[in-house]
Amino acid sequence: MVPSDRRYTKDHEWVQVEGEVATIGITDFAQGELGDIVYVEPPETGKTVAAGDVLGTIESVKAVSELYAPVGGTVLEANAALAQAPETVNRDPHGAGWICKLKIASRAESDALLDADAYKALIG
Amino acid sequence: MSETIRTTSLNRVHREAGARMVPFAGWDMPVQYTSVLDEHLAVRTRAGLFDVSHMGEVAVRGRDALAFLQHITSNDVSRLTPGRIQYSALTTPQGTFVDDLLVYKLAEDDFLLVINAGNTPKDVAWIADHARGRDVDVADVSGRWCQLALQGPMAETILAPLTATALSGMKYYGFERGQVAGVTCLISRTGYTGEDGFELYGPWEDAERLWHAVLSAGAPQGLVPAGLAARDTLRLEAKMALYGNDIDDTTTVLEADLGWILKLEKGDFVGRDALVRQKAEGLTRRLVGFETEGRAVARHGYEAHHAGQAVGVITSGSFAPFLKKNIGLAYLPLPLGEPGTRFDVSIRGRLEPAVVVPTPFYKRPR
Repeated sequence: MVPSDRRYTKDHEWVQVEGEVATIGITDFAQGELGDIVYVEPPETGKTVAAGDVLGTIESVKAVSELYAPVGGTVLEANAALAQAPETVNRDPHGAGWICKLKIASRAESDALLDADAYKALIG
Repeated sequence: MSETIRTTSLNRVHREAGARMVPFAGWDMPVQYTSVLDEHLAVRTRAGLFDVSHMGEVAVRGRDALAFLQHITSNDVSRLTPGRIQYSALTTPQGTFVDDLLVYKLAEDDFLLVINAGNTPKDVAWIADHARGRDVDVADVSGRWCQLALQGPMAETILAPLTATALSGMKYYGFERGQVAGVTCLISRTGYTGEDGFELYGPWEDAERLWHAVLSAGAPQGLVPAGLAARDTLRLEAKMALYGNDIDDTTTVLEADLGWILKLEKGDFVGRDALVRQKAEGLTRRLVGFETEGRAVARHGYEAHHAGQAVGVITSGSFAPFLKKNIGLAYLPLPLGEPGTRFDVSIRGRLEPAVVVPTPFYKRPR
């Protein structure tokens, strides 16, 4: 399950760009690796990040892992629904389980990320 | 890592069932099959089946077996009768843990010790070393035994049709030899989940037969295979210590709040002097249970803070799937160990409020 309408990072996150807004989440592969997610620590709205900065934290029963900004930008919004239902990330990682939206300056950074085929090859 | 990773005789079965496999204590083990939350809840409400064949087993036999075990463990082995089991500690001269273990009394001069997988080589060497000069035979028989743990309120109902052994009369921490699905086993009413259940010790090569027989028998009751992740969250809710997390060779039996497996009146044993001294002088820290209010999980190794100072360390912490809150264990200075005491846990640079609570967190209804 690797939708072709977005880009991917080697850290198993996805970015979908519409205009100036990049929506970010983790992949189905990533949620499977993490197991049952119990907490998503949301990124702070208004915070400006560069690609590679820590955006937030995802905790599963077994592990805690950091969410990195796949592209630089300013945090517009975090997915508020995850506060009460973090398991949405397990259930629908590429849809309702999105994690945050960034305002980006250009598509240059996201265009440089992996496309669906390259990501499929990465996860085998 | 030069050592190759070991596999139980059910490795192929786990892989075919789609289990996520991880290295654990040198073994390639199933951490979960579907979801740790679902597997945990299945054990609390129905039943789960665990492959715990990685656990070590040591046979201790001979005329001096009882005296020898009295010497190397903290509990009173003389209280055991054949068919009974005791939770105990293999102690260092400092009163800390070489390991925690179960002692099975098979017959007057014949015992079986069940030890942690990751400690097996160390324990076997320790036990053999202390056995020198005694009329006792110590043998690592880990490779002979598979171990399946059937845990949950439906465990007896599921197992009963597979065996002629009268399960309903079996007491907690008792065992019987019997046949399960035609496989000769030690049927032990024990577990590491806080639920009723059985641990079945059978011949290594019969694990697959036993596994499939139990799983099919339990299907109507909702039995599912369960992995090590659920085993960990289940044992934590029941406040059962995990070697390497909550107890090790730097924590004493008293500090670990396991005074009930310490029988100082039984006579001398390794570590007794240190424990007598610690008891007389008073503890400075103790393992206590806590809850955190925030959603972030206080995990193993995180610091406990109080009044602006680091005062202790978290040894285990998790979202508790049945209790639906964040719980953990920590070594805290004695005055802070009382239920209701507030402290903070440093989670990724932020102090999150926590409160000491009575344990176990979960106790099964009887």
